[in-house]
Amino acid sequence: MKLVQPRWRIAALALVGALPLLGGAAQAESGHGAAIERQDWTFGGFTGQYDQAQLQRGFQVFQQVCSACHSLKRVKFRNLVQPGGPQFPEESVKALAKAWPYQISGELDDQGNPIDRLPGLPDPIIGPYKNDVQARAAQNGALPPDLSLIVKARSAEQPSAWYNQWLLMLRDIAIGYQEGGADYLYALLTGYHEPPADMHMQDGMNYNVAFPGHQLAMPPPLSKDAFVDYQPESGVKGSLDQNARDVTAFLAWASDPTLDGRKRLGWQVMLYLLITTVLLFLVKKKIWSRVEH
Amino acid sequence: MSGLPHESTYEPTTAVGKWLDARLPIFRMLHAQAVDFPTPRNLNYWWTFGGILTFMLVAQIVTGVVLAMHYQPSAEAAFDSIEAIRRDVNFGWLLRNLHAVGASMFFLAAYVHIFRGLYYGSYKAPREVLWILGVLIFLVMMATAFMGYSLPWGQMSLWGVTVITNLFSSLDSIWKGLGTTIVEWLWGGFSVSGVTLNRFYALHYLLPFVLAAVVGLHLWALHVVGQNSPTGLDIKTSSDAVPFTPYATSKDAAGLFAFLLLFCWFAFFLPDYLGHADNYTPANPMVTPPHIVPEWYFLPFYAILRAIPSKLGGVIAMFSAIAVLLFVPWLDTSRVRSTKYRPVYRWFFWLFAFTCLALGWLGSKPAEAEYVFWARVFTFYYFAHFLIVMPLVGWFETPLKVPGSITEAVLAKNKGAKLAPAKS
Repeated sequence: MKLVQPRWRIAALALVGALPLLGGAAQAESGHGAAIERQDWTFGGFTGQYDQAQLQRGFQVFQQVCSACHSLKRVKFRNLVQPGGPQFPEESVKALAKAWPYQISGELDDQGNPIDRLPGLPDPIIGPYKNDVQARAAQNGALPPDLSLIVKARSAEQPSAWYNQWLLMLRDIAIGYQEGGADYLYALLTGYHEPPADMHMQDGMNYNVAFPGHQLAMPPPLSKDAFVDYQPESGVKGSLDQNARDVTAFLAWASDPTLDGRKRLGWQVMLYLLITTVLLFLVKKKIWSRVEH
Repeated sequence: MSGLPHESTYEPTTAVGKWLDARLPIFRMLHAQAVDFPTPRNLNYWWTFGGILTFMLVAQIVTGVVLAMHYQPSAEAAFDSIEAIRRDVNFGWLLRNLHAVGASMFFLAAYVHIFRGLYYGSYKAPREVLWILGVLIFLVMMATAFMGYSLPWGQMSLWGVTVITNLFSSLDSIWKGLGTTIVEWLWGGFSVSGVTLNRFYALHYLLPFVLAAVVGLHLWALHVVGQNSPTGLDIKTSSDAVPFTPYATSKDAAGLFAFLLLFCWFAFFLPDYLGHADNYTPANPMVTPPHIVPEWYFLPFYAILRAIPSKLGGVIAMFSAIAVLLFVPWLDTSRVRSTKYRPVYRWFFWLFAFTCLALGWLGSKPAEAEYVFWARVFTFYYFAHFLIVMPLVGWFETPLKVPGSITEAVLAKNKGAKLAPAKS
């Protein structure tokens, strides 16, 4: 029995390992909606960290394009100053808040009258609408969602055959990849095209390959001809693709602002655990060497 | 009775120690159970998962109590309070990740522990009560995790609660109005609302302590009957056993830290991998998510639920899938405990393990044509394994020769390895 077992184990492993090779064809079995391509994010995987310059450019795109309709209410102006994010100088964020086109409302003055006031550092990055009803009324019935968690609230399925899926899962676990939401958002922002001839578009809807069902109320926020230009000293040229990448990175930070510190602490914890595990294993070996087992 | 009767070797040396020992011999008891307790000398690393589970329960309670200090259990504030924990509480992100990933790791360890028990026949006499207490622990864990998943009050929280609590409405087909009454009683209203969230929070805080109590009984039963071993043999003579400390403690510590590597890998690098993106959208009773799926550890049972064409049937099948475990000690008719010595049953065991994985995968898929077909096939085998295979294979199978004792098994194994320079 002792002789047979390992051989069977190897045979089974070899069989399971070979399965993915058998079935390139079954890959086409994917569901509706285009496959979402993976992008190369600086913050992807267990070594990934945000690129501060990219987050700053991404904020510029958010400010000039997205904030026309969307709020970012879980992010406070002060967060833009903090390390691990765009980390703008405090003075410029103060000025930014003072010049923000939308005002904080719902507070009372000392006579008890409701007032509007300019935001400051502790205030959320608000959008143009005071509430959802107002937003829908202004947007043809569609609601522009708050973007603070948009990257975490979306995901991208990797379409693959059943015998392949667990390998892809293991790969993602091994490299620490959970950036499907960013992949999806980038695909959406760059996914506006002419609808296919046989597609009936509803009134006011826009064709988007990445969006489930392909009919999206949001008009293309960026296009080949209308994109955000960066300052020349940034050394990066604006384009639809570059804007989409940068604003996605910025929104990824908005939905996960502690990522940099989390992974840095993670490396220390892993190192500590690795060393301790080895030491404990050696201790165990030493103790058990006193007895046959 | 198996397990060696053992006296505590505890000898208080200080005056205070002697004084306390004469009044409350708690250190004598702890010394007897955590140091002197005879442990089979041939346990493998699968036996470290009991200790890992104890650690996970304590870890979940500790992180959970601190999270509770920052969490607000109301429909209006719950989601925002979790976001505040992630963003504004010092190391709140760490607490929240450890607690959310911890739930998954708790279940992972529990499943390893259960399958270890199934493989080595740890449920067989005299460990029936030990096993049944384990099934109860599993049930309470499931209830706790289910209620905990509702607390972030995201879309999947709300709709998961809606789907699962609605299961009870199937009782209407037995007695008109019974199911509806129970569901409304659970909800505290006519739909899942903040009232439901509030009571789930209260129960989510209560149940872990119930869990701790049942774990206490589980450990008590374990220390009465003694540990099973990979050979399925009990300790017969003192040469079969080593004292729990330092032997089992040193091995458990190594196993625990190896497990923590995996736990922390997820907590630090993949905190959202095991969750669902929809739970980052605040709960909205007006919008149903396209696919409502439970957490991964419930998926096999979810597949069984959906595999049965009738709603009541599905609910009964799902609960039976857990209830059947209670009867395993009597369904298994084999003369030997360990699957190691069961050449026929071994194949069925791995088929059963594959069935559980397949049901888990199918549970994550939409209930469409071929998925439903395979879910039915595997649901059939899930029950057939317990109700047909276990009694029949045990009856017909001729087990391999089981060594006379743990010591004999160890020496025989090491003789084979003696060709290489002996180490131990």
